[in-house]
Amino acid sequence: MLKTFKHGGVHPAENKFSAGKAIQILALPKSVFIPVTQHLGAPAQVLVTKGDKVKAGQKIAQAGGFVSANIHSSVSGTIKKIDLSPDASGYPRQGIFIDVEGDEWDESIDTGADLIEAFSPDSKAIIDKINAAGVVGMGGATFPTHVKLVPPQGMKADTLIINGVECEPYLTSDHRLMLEKGREIIVGIRLLMCALRVEKAYIGIENNKPDAIEHLSRLTSSDASIGVVPLKVKYPQGGEKQLIKAITGREVPSGALPVAVGAVVSNVGTAFAVYEAVQKNKPLVERVVTVTGKSVKNPSNFLVRIGTPVQDLIEAAGGLPEDTGKVISGGPMMGKAVASMDIPVTKGTSGVLLIPENEAKRKQVQSCIRCGRCLEVCPMGLEPYYLMTVSEKQIWDKAEEHHIMDCMECGSCAFTCPADRPLLDYIRLGKGKVGKMIRERKK
Amino acid sequence: MNMSMTIVYTVLTLSAIGTFSAVILFFVAQKFKVYEDPRIDDVEHSLPGANCGGCGHAGCRAFAEACVKANDLSDLFCPVGGNDTMSGVAAILGLQPVQKAPRVAVVRCNGTCEFRPKTNYFDGVSSCAAEASLYSGDTGCQYGCLGHGDCVTACDFDAIHMNPLTGLPEVVDDKCVACGACVVACPKSLIELRRKVPKDRKIYVACRNEDKGAVAKKSCEVACIGCSKCFKVCPYEAITMGNNLAFIDSDKCRLCRKCVEVCPTNSIIELNFPPRKLKTDLPPKPVQEAEATALAKGVAMSETEHTENTEI
Repeated sequence: MLKTFKHGGVHPAENKFSAGKAIQILALPKSVFIPVTQHLGAPAQVLVTKGDKVKAGQKIAQAGGFVSANIHSSVSGTIKKIDLSPDASGYPRQGIFIDVEGDEWDESIDTGADLIEAFSPDSKAIIDKINAAGVVGMGGATFPTHVKLVPPQGMKADTLIINGVECEPYLTSDHRLMLEKGREIIVGIRLLMCALRVEKAYIGIENNKPDAIEHLSRLTSSDASIGVVPLKVKYPQGGEKQLIKAITGREVPSGALPVAVGAVVSNVGTAFAVYEAVQKNKPLVERVVTVTGKSVKNPSNFLVRIGTPVQDLIEAAGGLPEDTGKVISGGPMMGKAVASMDIPVTKGTSGVLLIPENEAKRKQVQSCIRCGRCLEVCPMGLEPYYLMTVSEKQIWDKAEEHHIMDCMECGSCAFTCPADRPLLDYIRLGKGKVGKMIRERKK
Repeated sequence: MNMSMTIVYTVLTLSAIGTFSAVILFFVAQKFKVYEDPRIDDVEHSLPGANCGGCGHAGCRAFAEACVKANDLSDLFCPVGGNDTMSGVAAILGLQPVQKAPRVAVVRCNGTCEFRPKTNYFDGVSSCAAEASLYSGDTGCQYGCLGHGDCVTACDFDAIHMNPLTGLPEVVDDKCVACGACVVACPKSLIELRRKVPKDRKIYVACRNEDKGAVAKKSCEVACIGCSKCFKVCPYEAITMGNNLAFIDSDKCRLCRKCVEVCPTNSIIELNFPPRKLKTDLPPKPVQEAEATALAKGVAMSETEHTENTEI
């Protein structure tokens, strides 16, 4: 019997059209826009000025605090301007515009494809290199990796969990990465284990990717410290807390960090970025992005430089289908519709999904029929219908009392609701308000 | 016989229990009596009883308690009752009444469907707060009205309505009591409480767009582009500039309407004024000259601003 997390979960249609497509390197764009906030935490401080010449891999913005990450130029060229530009939500964010000229990399970076396995087991040196390279969680939350590798005082990690679940429908970037960069990922995992000083690592992969399970099992067959764990297909298994529960059986308490139960979770993409940062001295300037959708001519997985406009990716995948109703950054469950197609690919962009018009529209909202399905599917054991009601009525203290802050916005409740109620919309609103209240109280 | 005795016993027993309980309750009530200033009730009765929270207290009772506790009424004001009510409260408490100019809510966005074309379509829940937490809005202007009517829902006095033609909320001045519920409800901070003047005349900058002129104008035809023309023409120093935006202080504004005339984008709105007299009889030259110099200054200033901004 395959492992999985216990409470809740749903089974959306998989639609992994691009699973069989090898990763293609996308042609360099004409210009890039690199936002200084591509991670959770403080924005990075810009180091360059208008007119400067930069090389690919050169640091152009310095981390603005401990919970922040360095930003590097993904291309070589000239800084056009430092200005505001809308992000996926339409709100302007500061960033650096670079006109691309050639493709010249910084001298210290090894751009070769050879695998380098040997490394010196110095935990601090590894974390410093990860920090310098601006590596963040590639699963979507974009939490700076170097922060995760230094557990708070008094806590000790004993297990590293590598997230190869990719439970979001449509997306295949992690799947392809595991197949094509498996060896590098394994070295990355060893580096992370060394940095965390843990003896055991597990790679969790859902059973709908048998080729990846087989490939990584073969690569780790000689190494007893890394285990590949096939998991039952269930959304949202890629959630940090769900994955810990599925693999180790431990439950992260409400409001606590995963390291409270001795586990640290990293994405396979992060493990690959760690390998490149430490072994190749290559900062995080490119990532794999899936461009897919039911009407897309050529669903693909692209290796894309950070800052490339989403428009370029769509063109490369056969252009924008005529019936497109929505362009989503990320997967269909947790991704967000973008306000414009000029927005750039950032460190957290795992996919670009084009939803046809007939599927993009929301259905008519009906009254709650008290069926309780949202309670059954909530992986955090919350009461979505209640949280929605109190958020709608603005009874924020009740929302906090019923743990609204534990919601991870996976959308299982809204997905399963037979009355098509906008559960997540209101819960997200309530989360924002309650979060603000808690922060103000702490001041 | 038996029957009537039963009734008598029952009546006697119950009366005895009742009397005994009454005696106990009388002493308990004496022992645990909470003294409450009788003036609180008096003040509460003189208040409108809307419980809107516009005064900043949790309802009229809480406001009455605060009034009785206070030594002077300068920080306490019931916007619904206004000066009359506050004079009554002051008379009850024997304090000096504080007079405040009445206020009225004003929506500072004029980005109608016509002036501010849609670039997106938001199909989530019909709530401004929910949309603002996810997106900048359906149009190119991230500061403008989202049009779901959170302000309408928040209003207890039926004083603000959505106009289906413009997609913007409109305030009914006679009904508005300036409680401020809509001000809090608007996630874009578009609603302001401004001084109420006779005949409900108003002049205000109906825009909150803080983008640079060109960007603002691109997203909305009637956006304030921060050209400072109104700032220069105002004889009463009522206009301040900040964040590429003009702001007219309603306490200083004397409603001369000069700013309305010079505004190049019509983002300054005049309401409830009589129609202007046509100035055909007057020689037009001096006005043009003054305008030309103002324009030249404005251009020079916006140019310097522009270069400064790009160098940052």
